Amino acid sequence: MIRLPDPKPDVLARRDAVIAGLRAVLPDEEAVIADPISLKPYETDGLSAYRQMPLAVALPETTEQVAAIMRFCHENGVRVVPRGAGTSLSGGALPMEDAVVVGLMRMNQILDINYPDRCATVQAGVTNIGITNAVSDEGFFYAPDPSSQIACMIGGNVAMNSGGAHCLKYGVTTNNLLGLTIVTVDGEILHIGGEHLDAAGYDWLGLLTGSEGQLAVVTEITVRILRSPEGARAMLAGFASNEIAGECVDAIISSGIIPVALEFMDRPAIHACEAFAHAGYPLDVEAMLIIEVEGSVAEQDDLLARLTEICNRHNPMNLKVSQSAEESAAIWKGRKGAFGAIGRISPDYLCMDGVIPTSKLPDVLRRIQEMSDSNQLKVANIFHAGDGNLHPLIMFDANDPDSFHRAETFGADILKLCVEVGGCLTGEHGVGVEKRDLMPFQFAEHELEQQRRIKSAFDPDWLLNPSKVFPLRPSPLPQAA
Amino acid sequence: MIATEAESLIAGQIAAAREPLLVRGAGTKSGMLRPVQAAGTIGTAGLSGITLYAPKELIISALAGTPLHEIETALAEHGQHLIAEPPDLSALLGGPRDTQTLGGVVATNLSGPRRVAWGAMRDHVMGIRAVTGRAEVIHSGGRVLKNVTGLDLCKLFTGSHGTLGIITEITLKVLPASEATGTIVIPGLDADAAVAAMSAALGSPYGVSGAVWLPAEAAARLPEPFDRSVTLIRIEDFAASVSYRTEKLRVELGHAGAAILDDAASRTLWRAVRDAIPLPVTDGDGIWRVSVRPSCGPGVLRAVVGPAGYLDWGGGLVWLAGPATETTHRAVEAAARLAGGTWTLMRAPDSLRNAVDVVPPEPAVLAAITRRVKEAMDPRGILNPGRIYAGL
Repeated sequence: MIRLPDPKPDVLARRDAVIAGLRAVLPDEEAVIADPISLKPYETDGLSAYRQMPLAVALPETTEQVAAIMRFCHENGVRVVPRGAGTSLSGGALPMEDAVVVGLMRMNQILDINYPDRCATVQAGVTNIGITNAVSDEGFFYAPDPSSQIACMIGGNVAMNSGGAHCLKYGVTTNNLLGLTIVTVDGEILHIGGEHLDAAGYDWLGLLTGSEGQLAVVTEITVRILRSPEGARAMLAGFASNEIAGECVDAIISSGIIPVALEFMDRPAIHACEAFAHAGYPLDVEAMLIIEVEGSVAEQDDLLARLTEICNRHNPMNLKVSQSAEESAAIWKGRKGAFGAIGRISPDYLCMDGVIPTSKLPDVLRRIQEMSDSNQLKVANIFHAGDGNLHPLIMFDANDPDSFHRAETFGADILKLCVEVGGCLTGEHGVGVEKRDLMPFQFAEHELEQQRRIKSAFDPDWLLNPSKVFPLRPSPLPQAA
Repeated sequence: MIATEAESLIAGQIAAAREPLLVRGAGTKSGMLRPVQAAGTIGTAGLSGITLYAPKELIISALAGTPLHEIETALAEHGQHLIAEPPDLSALLGGPRDTQTLGGVVATNLSGPRRVAWGAMRDHVMGIRAVTGRAEVIHSGGRVLKNVTGLDLCKLFTGSHGTLGIITEITLKVLPASEATGTIVIPGLDADAAVAAMSAALGSPYGVSGAVWLPAEAAARLPEPFDRSVTLIRIEDFAASVSYRTEKLRVELGHAGAAILDDAASRTLWRAVRDAIPLPVTDGDGIWRVSVRPSCGPGVLRAVVGPAGYLDWGGGLVWLAGPATETTHRAVEAAARLAGGTWTLMRAPDSLRNAVDVVPPEPAVLAAITRRVKEAMDPRGILNPGRIYAGL
């Protein structure tokens, strides 16, 4: 079980005063939650194996209210855990017993849409899909598309630098931002960047993105919006082995085509998704690629013909080129339902998020299978093949402590393997609490210390989202260098 | 993290330094921002060469002192390119062409016309190794295309002008270079009409990868000069797509007299635009880059009377050249502020560089964070002091 720092006894002792202080700042009665039943939904996030009730939850509606909460908490030495929709798969929003959760879900307003300058400014609690929905009538979209995009909020996307299936072409969150409004730990409001590109000075926008709530609370975000392509179409190709599918991925990248998506599924993933979604996936293949291209119908035809020819050089066992939007949707249906599909065949699963050099895929999948055998836990692999982001889904039973323990060990071993072959611990889910104690596998102690010093520059007393990202020191808090 | 011999050498120099050091690659950008008062120089001259190139993984790593053209050549051999299209500004900043280093373009985060669609240098830095001002060798990121493990210090180092550490090795995401390039040329528009056309083009589904407006005196400086203002819109893709898209967009934009340039002419043209060749600059002029939201570009040009300039990035990047005086600089600052944007003094005599804010000053709260971050990386203030902000 994950270790959390000891709560501050003085803060626990002043619980009623802290709640009263929050209520003074947020007069709306329902904006401060303190009773155990109403607090219950906030005790965990997308990594539901870990639970911890917070001291209280505050639900501001404006940047100024966030600033007032932060000022109050700072003056009173109270820790703060920012939270969006609570969809983090790494426990990024896991509360602490002595912490106030600042939930940003009421900050759900779209503040400005500027088509000529191709940007939109929204509050942190707007959902990812909410941005695209707001601009789709004009033919625009917001590019990063994490699987949880219906629920997850843009503030959380910024905190985790979220990706998605289409980032080979369009980049991840950090590549699609122009500006932020942030609140510092002591309640100061700052505007970073704006509606223009590449602000001079240090790249605070880049540093804050993916900082997992360690540096500041993000309240408003200016994103780039893009015009949608004329159209998009998918194809799928099944192969006799992971190696052959991997070689086909190499050949596609070498051909000069940048598919907008290039997804790889192994046999267990194909079977689980097909049983769940009836997407028409081939069940006799070992590996399958979903490839999507964009452009006019003629351009799609041309690109799909080129891709078909490349696939044909790798003896596909199955090849299906979509002829319509409906057929493309069918091809995606299975992949997009992958989490639900695994959830149906296993009571619980852990979704891992390592990254590997794509050339190592066959070797890594072989070693994952060996670990699966020795841990006696099933695993299905989904892979963003264009960028090397591997999502092994480890199936276990949370009611069986031994099964959970083996799943955690298995997951950690996969991530260590990712680092060993030249990759990293996390591509888009973040470190959170989940991978915190694995950080020494990727960074030397003096490198972690350097990152801690950057955090201390923003948050000298380590009040912001503590116990995440950085391995706890053996000694008690404070952690600051 | 095992330090290489060259990194250990740099770390030793930093540890031994008692006075500030000027951080230098090939020195091609030493005219940017503020001059550095330093007792010695520390450089990346001993750090040259490509250390890893995996075309199928869209990744290249090289030591910071590697000449950029060496990297571009290696990529071209595999039909790939640097996504942000970094410029060679030797025509403006002095120094021989093709000498700038990879470390130089990353430390200054300089990007070319493609930035408007495909991101800046900072967007494609996947990994960095550096020796900090604490004389420690650290890395951030890695050699894979997606990585959110820990704080993104790659972003912090990129564009930090050598003030936080000496970058020793950089890993970049690269992409296949397009088969063909095409350009729509619309002659005769004023700045406002041009930005409207460029916004329509960049907001079209045709994947525009460059949009620039040159007033007549800038257009006259192109390798194939024009005799009046031109709006240039670029599409890069497979040849058939370039033909289809340029023609479709030309018709949709609906400007009589719009023409299409072929592949060879387009490549020459955009290389010149990339390197800011059109900027009407005379010896002794100051040079500024102002970044604003695209619709504010024409206003910035109009507000700064005296300097000449042009618009890149669909109107969002304003290049300006004019008298290197405080009066001009104040006008540039005021125009950028009014538009909610940012400015960079690219070139001026040292007296002006020392006297003005070469980039926008930060509000006090952020400036305090900046100071603490600088202290976290370079506690003794050894590296390039005063390069970006006076007294830092």
